Amino acid sequence: MMFPRTSPVDPPRVVVTGAGIVTSLGVGWASNAAGFRLGRKTATPVTWFDVSRQRVKVAAQVDLPSSLPASRLGARQEARLDRGGRMLLLACLEAWLQAGWEPSDDLPIILGSTAGGMSLGEDYHDRTVAAPQRRRGQAARALYYQAHTQARAAADALGCSGQVRIISNACASGSDAVGHAWEWIRRGQASRVLTGGHEAHCRLVFGGFDSLQVMSPTVCRPFDAARDGLMLGEGAGILALESLEHARRRGASILGEVIGYGTTIDRHHLTQPHPEGTAALASMRQACASARVQPEDISYVNAHGTGTPLNDLSEALAISRWAGSRAATLPVSSTKGVIGHLLGAAGAAEAVACLMALREQWLPPEPDFETPDAACTFPIVKAPQSARVNTVLSNSFGFGGINATLILRRWE
Amino acid sequence: MNRIYVAGLGAVSPAGWGVPALLAALHQGKPLPIEALPRPHRPEPLRYRPVPNPTPRPACLTHPRLRRASPLTHYAAAAALEALASLPAASGPDLRVGLITCLDAGCVNYSCRFYEEWLKDPATASPMLFPETVFSAPASHVAALINLTPLVYTVIGDPAAFLQGVDLAVDWLTSNAVDLCVVIGAEEANWLLGDAMWQLEHAAVLTGGAGAITLTCNPAWSSGVELNAITDAHTYGTRQTRRQAAARMRAQLPPSAPNELLCDGASESYRACAPELRAWQDWRGQRWSPKAILGEGLMAAAAWQAVAACAAVAGNITLAANVSLVGPNHQAIGARFIEHHRQTT
Repeated sequence: MMFPRTSPVDPPRVVVTGAGIVTSLGVGWASNAAGFRLGRKTATPVTWFDVSRQRVKVAAQVDLPSSLPASRLGARQEARLDRGGRMLLLACLEAWLQAGWEPSDDLPIILGSTAGGMSLGEDYHDRTVAAPQRRRGQAARALYYQAHTQARAAADALGCSGQVRIISNACASGSDAVGHAWEWIRRGQASRVLTGGHEAHCRLVFGGFDSLQVMSPTVCRPFDAARDGLMLGEGAGILALESLEHARRRGASILGEVIGYGTTIDRHHLTQPHPEGTAALASMRQACASARVQPEDISYVNAHGTGTPLNDLSEALAISRWAGSRAATLPVSSTKGVIGHLLGAAGAAEAVACLMALREQWLPPEPDFETPDAACTFPIVKAPQSARVNTVLSNSFGFGGINATLILRRWE
Repeated sequence: MNRIYVAGLGAVSPAGWGVPALLAALHQGKPLPIEALPRPHRPEPLRYRPVPNPTPRPACLTHPRLRRASPLTHYAAAAALEALASLPAASGPDLRVGLITCLDAGCVNYSCRFYEEWLKDPATASPMLFPETVFSAPASHVAALINLTPLVYTVIGDPAAFLQGVDLAVDWLTSNAVDLCVVIGAEEANWLLGDAMWQLEHAAVLTGGAGAITLTCNPAWSSGVELNAITDAHTYGTRQTRRQAAARMRAQLPPSAPNELLCDGASESYRACAPELRAWQDWRGQRWSPKAILGEGLMAAAAWQAVAACAAVAGNITLAANVSLVGPNHQAIGARFIEHHRQTT
């Protein structure tokens, strides 16, 4: 029963035992870790639709394998998945295998997404307009357009069932999903959760960001004084979370620990953050309070850092105020200059990037960063570097003002 | 274990703006008139029940954040404010109100409009429309309107996800993150959504609107209704059919007395609700089926079921009411609300 229920007196520690990632850097941990470590640029010309009338013509795009790995998913179900559903499935399978989990009827899946299978929705619209009498495949498009159907397909592929919960808090969706999953385990609602986010390019979203003129017509340079916008990306990030006790009981390898989560709402404007980043600051403080850490304990900040003038200014002010005297030596970077902005999947994919930094002891650089914005009181990581990384903080801020912050710790 | 009370209710439906209009339609028991919803590219229209324009127009709709917002946002805002209207005046500016908005199709009107503008000419597609297409836009606007909100989530799924929203509210309340939490289910009608629904079920009659429930742990704010149970979320998939999920949901709800109320999802489409009807075939108590009167409002309809159940308990029509949500393609979840006597707390 979801209610009534009791919660443990002492919330358990929550560890990561599996991670899956699909981005423009590649499919899987190895290619992504190598790319993040070097700050490999991935922007390529958009070819999947006509961009001749768009202001911006590049994006970070995933090169999907021609076929999916073997799973319990039927051929018909597999054929119905769009790009986003396939990215989700790939990331889930990687995290699942790494965690060494077995099929069961009690695996909750908590995901973040803003658009689900929007390309199927577009396809549905176009076919309805072009040939309204032809119905073939339309019912399947209407179903698989929905994010929960994609998540159910992932559960079927793994041979699992359990609650499927989809959080759509705009660009904070992925972080909120991971944070919510973390809370689920701490409250005793589950001993393990598969969580993260997924997002695939679609014309409506690309056109939407282009219409807002928030995409960079040059290169995406978060926190650079000359930054001029974001780069859209796509992909999926999935974490296998479980209670420490559960992981130890089955002798699992532990990749890292989620120790804190904060979420706040910025009511300033639908698309613009508060100029002083007050809600972002509150989100970081809340996450630190839940993790029982201070700015001095943080080794690296993975910023939301979209590369838009307003976001980065607001976030820079928030980080500076939150970090205080620690700011002068606190390494900060945004991975969006490398893999683009994954929207609803951003926080989840960036959490996996943070996990890589914790495991492999390096900091992800920003390849096109040159001159810091005046508001940056902290150093931006601009070149590949090894570092002692113990605890990282990752920010995600979304349209509508929802902010989320995750804190992850190295497992030794 | 904490107890959870219902502090307020709100609704916007084809029956009108407000819970009294919803209840009047349910008491009358007669399906509301159906109108034709034109499909731009097909001669035969869809069937739908429009939400009437409010008279008088709620003051909240003049808020700057709501001027360009979608109809869905207007419904959600009005329902949320109604569900918060009975709050004690002494609650003050320090009151922490959580906000959970549950959606299935979301802001389809603006999504359609923006996409069609973009197809026509990407260079002139309106930047004013695009932000309103985002699932979390209604929650953002309502949060700005309420202005007391530390926590905001948007949960999407099929209509049974409304009870996932209620469960999330329980989390926030019992962890003392908020003092009150408004859970909204909202939807709006348009031709593309109606067409998609028609592909899946020809008999469905599309509609829009919103329902809202305000929950609290504070018995002093109770409206006389207490949350008694929420079942597990029984997800459909290769390991569990929709029929099995509906049966398991029913089996998890606490035993009912003979004259209790069931607010179910029975509608004009027998095929769509057959698994749910089967799960409840031995039910002998009172039964309200809001969708059969008001239409298929997706997440809004799920919220109306819960609002109707709570209103029936608050209005002494029944001592306890069950809510049965058997979604079309995601999950089955049930809930039970019971009478709460303040003196027994």
